[in-house]
Amino acid sequence: MAAPQQQKLKVHGPVAVTANRLTDGVVVWRTPDHGWSVDLNDAAVVTTAPEAIALLAAAQQSDIEAVGAYVAPVLLDDGHVLPGNLRERIRVAGPTFELPR
Amino acid sequence: MPLIENGHPVEDRFIRVGDDEALPDGAAVLIGVDRFLKEAEALRGRQAPVGIIWPNNRPIGEIEPFLGQLSLIALVFPSFRDGRAYSQARLLRERLGWKGPLRAIGNVLRDQFLLMARSGFDQIEPAKEADAAAVDEAMETYTVFYQPTADGRPSLLRQRLGRVAAQE
Amino acid sequence: MYVYDEFDRAFLAERTAEFRDQVGRRLSGALSEDEFKPLRLMNGVYLQLHAYMLRIAIPYGTLSATQLRRMAHVARRYDRGYGHFTTRQNIQFNWISLQDLPDAMASLAEVGVHGIQTSGNCIRNVTTDQWAGATPEECDDPRIWAEILRQYSTLHPEFTYLPRKFKIAITAADKDRAAVKVHDVGLRLHRNEAGELGFEVLVGGGLGRTPFVGKSIRKFLPARHLLSYIEAIMRVYNQFGRRDNIYKARIKILVHEIGAETFAAAVEKEWEAIRDGALHLSDEIIADIRARFLYPAYETLADQPAELTEALKDPAFATWHRNSVTTHKQPGYAIVTVSLKPVGAPPGDATADQMEVVADLAERYGFNEIRVGHEQNLCLPNIAQKDLPALWRALEAAGLATPNVNLVNDIIACPGLDYCALANARAIPVAQEIAKRFADLEKARGVGRLHINISGCINACGHHHVGHIGILGVEKNGQEFYQITLGGRADEHAQLGTLLGPAVSYEQVPGLIEDVVDTYMELRSGPQELFVDTVARLGIEPFKERVYAAH
Repeated sequence: MAAPQQQKLKVHGPVAVTANRLTDGVVVWRTPDHGWSVDLNDAAVVTTAPEAIALLAAAQQSDIEAVGAYVAPVLLDDGHVLPGNLRERIRVAGPTFELPR
Repeated sequence: MPLIENGHPVEDRFIRVGDDEALPDGAAVLIGVDRFLKEAEALRGRQAPVGIIWPNNRPIGEIEPFLGQLSLIALVFPSFRDGRAYSQARLLRERLGWKGPLRAIGNVLRDQFLLMARSGFDQIEPAKEADAAAVDEAMETYTVFYQPTADGRPSLLRQRLGRVAAQE
Repeated sequence: MYVYDEFDRAFLAERTAEFRDQVGRRLSGALSEDEFKPLRLMNGVYLQLHAYMLRIAIPYGTLSATQLRRMAHVARRYDRGYGHFTTRQNIQFNWISLQDLPDAMASLAEVGVHGIQTSGNCIRNVTTDQWAGATPEECDDPRIWAEILRQYSTLHPEFTYLPRKFKIAITAADKDRAAVKVHDVGLRLHRNEAGELGFEVLVGGGLGRTPFVGKSIRKFLPARHLLSYIEAIMRVYNQFGRRDNIYKARIKILVHEIGAETFAAAVEKEWEAIRDGALHLSDEIIADIRARFLYPAYETLADQPAELTEALKDPAFATWHRNSVTTHKQPGYAIVTVSLKPVGAPPGDATADQMEVVADLAERYGFNEIRVGHEQNLCLPNIAQKDLPALWRALEAAGLATPNVNLVNDIIACPGLDYCALANARAIPVAQEIAKRFADLEKARGVGRLHINISGCINACGHHHVGHIGILGVEKNGQEFYQITLGGRADEHAQLGTLLGPAVSYEQVPGLIEDVVDTYMELRSGPQELFVDTVARLGIEPFKERVYAAH
């Protein structure tokens, strides 16, 4: 799961492009209209390496909105887009334990 | 690119000449180390100034025999994150006694200008036009310097002597 | 405490203004992320999984009550009401926004706190013994020397873009609580036969991908030469450390590749040229820094006052006292460790409320002083023994008196995959599960001193190599797995742990650790033989057989 930014791009199944918003670091997803959304359901989901590369390249053209873009696995579930591995689940839902209060 | 000398924009009178190009007569030239070392003997008789680009992966001590025939030394920052030339600059100034112009070239950005000046560079060739315009700001970012370096400022440890620690 | 003067305050204000300007240029697009990243890192700002993270230095582990209270304020105002104390005498806030960072930093700078050089390829926050200045074991207060190094290394123009990060640790006690043997440079302050103060200099230690125990390159460096010698080391490293491969860029690789003798010779040669120059530390300079450390005005008190003797009749207090209270150099005083490891909580986390409680208690009972140790616990270094019962009641009420210091559930853990962008696997929930298995502290006490260190990736922020039991999270086919090592230690006998066997799954880890501990309990020669000594005596085989038979 480490440093997905450095991994060779292999696409098995649906993927999306994700990054962190420049201003506050919040997790964002690349949308089909070349924007970013904090809602994974808005993400542009593709299933082949060439599509993923194109989506990533477009996302990386500017680093003024979002930083550190990379391709992340997602799951499609009855019209919903869900994070595809533990790292992405944590990015979406936060730490897996109760936070100090 | 503009050239900054001691904080002020100046005209660069040195012409950068590639390894295979002829040296223009009577003009100050800045050439690479390989060419310089190959032609060092011949260059000794040259009537116009010669400057050298010394790479950051070559021990700076090796430049010593040639210092007398140089009018400019340029040290290289291939990336602003590669800080080898800071050590070379200090060694040139503090160990080898180089008093002539010392120029920072390459990926030279405003957030490092002051570090360069403190390490002994008196000439800076900014990579960005906008950075050249911000040179005053960059140089004035700090008024407090903790450690002694090539710029001759005493360390803060020394400056403090005689002052009394204040109670919180 | 070291007292900042107008120079330090002016510097911090300038640094904050510079960072505010850099953030502005980043947000405007004048700086690209590639250009901005090293600048923000050198102010302690990371971009993690969920948000920006701010790492704040606690120089040589010393904090005032005012400073800790300001951290609580920043936690509440700009973060989510808590902070995480790390293994390097830092605190991290996990949920901060880039836009808020200049204001948060300005707020911290007002009380002399900052994130300068807590990241980046520069000389990092110099660490030392959290008991410095209070323990009878030391030959001098190592913070004097850490402070001299702090000043020397702060925005050092030559050494701000080193091949890689650079960590220096100092111990002045024979019992090493600063893990100096696993730092880029480790300094062991001691006196020679003539009674002069000086350092043994170790280089090339470190954990991470390629762990090494540091090598001694000089047995005795007179203390006045500290800065020139460090500068010589840095200059050799800056010029000759590898820059072609980030994984081979630390000084330990240079020392390993050219050999400690060759490295030492290069340092000595450079040092000869500068040893009596501008960095020479005259007696006057040393005395001046020493004078800026204000020590508590201790009262003349006797050990074991009546209040303490009476309170020790309460078994709960007595248990805590045995576990968390240590001998002070001054009669009638004690050093108190404040456990940030309540069973089942994230190791090293403290809420803003807890920070304020500790700050209040430091003010009331502890001469305003708080310490942070690399074990991710806090410490009140100057408590009158007669005040221990009242202190304990207040800590207990705030959940800060778990008597498990140095026990099996006093676990060191990095933030892991729950926060960190580099992690492969989670660390905090693993620590929580293991701690719960030993929730019966009677049982944990029976086990005795046992350090479990967990890292969520090979970068080893959880110091797993030097845990008595080390746990390293790795990833296999998208699943979290954990490698277990036994027999590591971070003290004066530092050594790296030995791999027990194949990695096990997330779910298997707590049970496996229980089996390891049970095996130790059966095999130890007696209660006096610590876990790590049993492993040293018997090797890992008996543990391996038992554990892998069961799993």
